[in-house]
Amino acid sequence: MDWGSILNNTLAGLLTPTILAFALATLGLAMHFGFAGLLNFGIAGFMAVGAYGYAISVLTFGLPWWAGMIMGVAASVVFALIMGIPTLRLRGDYLAIVTIAAAEILRLLFLTTAFEPVTGSADGLFGYNNSGGFAEANPFPVGDYGWGPWTYNEQTLWMLVFGLIVLAVATLLLWALMRSPWGRVVKGIREDEDAVRALGKNVFAYKMQALIIGGVFGALGGIVLATSTNVSPGVYVTSLTFFLWTALLLGGAATIFGPVLGSIIFWVLQAFLTNILPALAESGILPVSGIQAATLRYVLVGIGLMLIVIYRPQGIFGDKREMTFVK
Amino acid sequence: MSSNSESQKSTGLHIGVAAPGVKKVDPILVIDSVKKSFGGLTAVDVEHLEIPRGAITALIGPNGAGKTTLFNLLTGFDNPDTGAWSFEGKQLAGISSFKVAKMGQVRTFQLTKALSLLTVLENMKLGAKNQTGEKLLNSLFPFLWRKQDNELEVKAMELLRRFKLDAKKDDFAASLSGGQRKLLEMARALMTDPVLVMLDEPMAGVNPALTQSLLEHVLNLKKEGMTVLFVEHDMHMVRHIADWVIVMAEGKVVAEGAPDTVMKEQAVIDAYLGAHQDTDLGVVTGRIKVISEEGK
Repeated sequence: MDWGSILNNTLAGLLTPTILAFALATLGLAMHFGFAGLLNFGIAGFMAVGAYGYAISVLTFGLPWWAGMIMGVAASVVFALIMGIPTLRLRGDYLAIVTIAAAEILRLLFLTTAFEPVTGSADGLFGYNNSGGFAEANPFPVGDYGWGPWTYNEQTLWMLVFGLIVLAVATLLLWALMRSPWGRVVKGIREDEDAVRALGKNVFAYKMQALIIGGVFGALGGIVLATSTNVSPGVYVTSLTFFLWTALLLGGAATIFGPVLGSIIFWVLQAFLTNILPALAESGILPVSGIQAATLRYVLVGIGLMLIVIYRPQGIFGDKREMTFVK
Repeated sequence: MSSNSESQKSTGLHIGVAAPGVKKVDPILVIDSVKKSFGGLTAVDVEHLEIPRGAITALIGPNGAGKTTLFNLLTGFDNPDTGAWSFEGKQLAGISSFKVAKMGQVRTFQLTKALSLLTVLENMKLGAKNQTGEKLLNSLFPFLWRKQDNELEVKAMELLRRFKLDAKKDDFAASLSGGQRKLLEMARALMTDPVLVMLDEPMAGVNPALTQSLLEHVLNLKKEGMTVLFVEHDMHMVRHIADWVIVMAEGKVVAEGAPDTVMKEQAVIDAYLGAHQDTDLGVVTGRIKVISEEGK
């Protein structure tokens, strides 16, 4: 077994545009579920809306990269409104069903060949970073940066810096919102929306605002992901939603940094398992083939999720007091 | 205590003979032909009802009489099939619950709704109306709301001291006892500076040790100029603090009047308070008959 490369790959996984993208989407879920109590099982759909909104605006409508990104965010606002208006008046479980269905409908619409000239169907979309000018906007001169496992060329560095800035702004925004009286109302709605309504707060409006803000974070995640890879319908599947949920619960749903750190821990662990399991299989320690070993990590992720929910439901960074009182 | 509260009773609230739907001198809430049915069951069917201003009105009746449903209708938590009602002269039919609360008609719930994972102080601050920082854009700029928030904290602490919850201010509301949660809910409702306070069974599930202070708090509301309307099964509480009693049964108002007169009406006693309300429960069930006979 090549421990050196396993370690190297795992450490490199600590900081990638993908992790930043997933951390952003998890932050959106924290807004939805952790703070506002909205059961959103369609966060992958929000990511898809952001990514496709950006790519289509650039490729089909010829907008510059920044305008395309704004379009992606605007599209997610519209998506949140369409989902929220009929469902936010109902109990939380209904939103869960609607979001999971809406995300699937979106993905299938992007996948169908009916809109192939615009969506690229199963091939997805690519080349928008060049034609939209995102790659050109790179302020870093050609060269290698960093050291050891964290060595990047100027393009990857630009994606990372861009992703980090977006993530930092989103985290700061969430923190500022949740310490304010606005955040107090939203947390109150999570606990009991009738009680908050009886105190004269427009619960529907607050839930809608929370849905939109979390959805925008999700779309920004999709956009950051789109800066580093192609936009492909195969990425925004329901299992991605559940990975994001795992990362959220791992870090702590009702915390600011929990979702970010939870995402990093989750995907670094994934990278580690992806590397070590096939290696273990090859060296005969695991009695399975290399391909089986690669899928074994999903089994382990499932077990991990169950263990977190049972033994540490507040997550790694959650307030322990919270769990004393959960009904 | 009884002599104390007796002296505080408001009288002369009605015009003419006390009967269901009697006119009040100064009504705060006027209800006209409000009807609500669930399937075949008519839960509420009130022809005309006026709630007197500045007094404590009790709404009593057996289980299933429609008291809580009427509460829900009046506060916009449920919509009636037909009917209209006005609060301080403003029509309330079809107005959503949060707007009703904004107008100053605030309610509590039969099953207490403390916001469990918010601290006691946060629960209180949430109650206050017209907070600048509760608007999404303002919330990002603390200099816009910090001052108001500090003022609210002072006000909240004053109320918490009155309700003897000040030592608990940083605890989660979930850690409070059932009775303390009732107190918190009442205190939180007061943060909205209400005109009419509607309490749904404020005594249900409260430790007798807390009863006294709860009664005092309700009486204080009146002293401060608020109108109180409450649903209650505890007849002692009704007799002691209510200025006016409305009796409901099967969705209709069947009697109203001052507590001492209305509760003496034999029909009301028999039908709605139970024919044996003054008898020991053991005698009613016949289980401790021997003891009562021995007493003779």
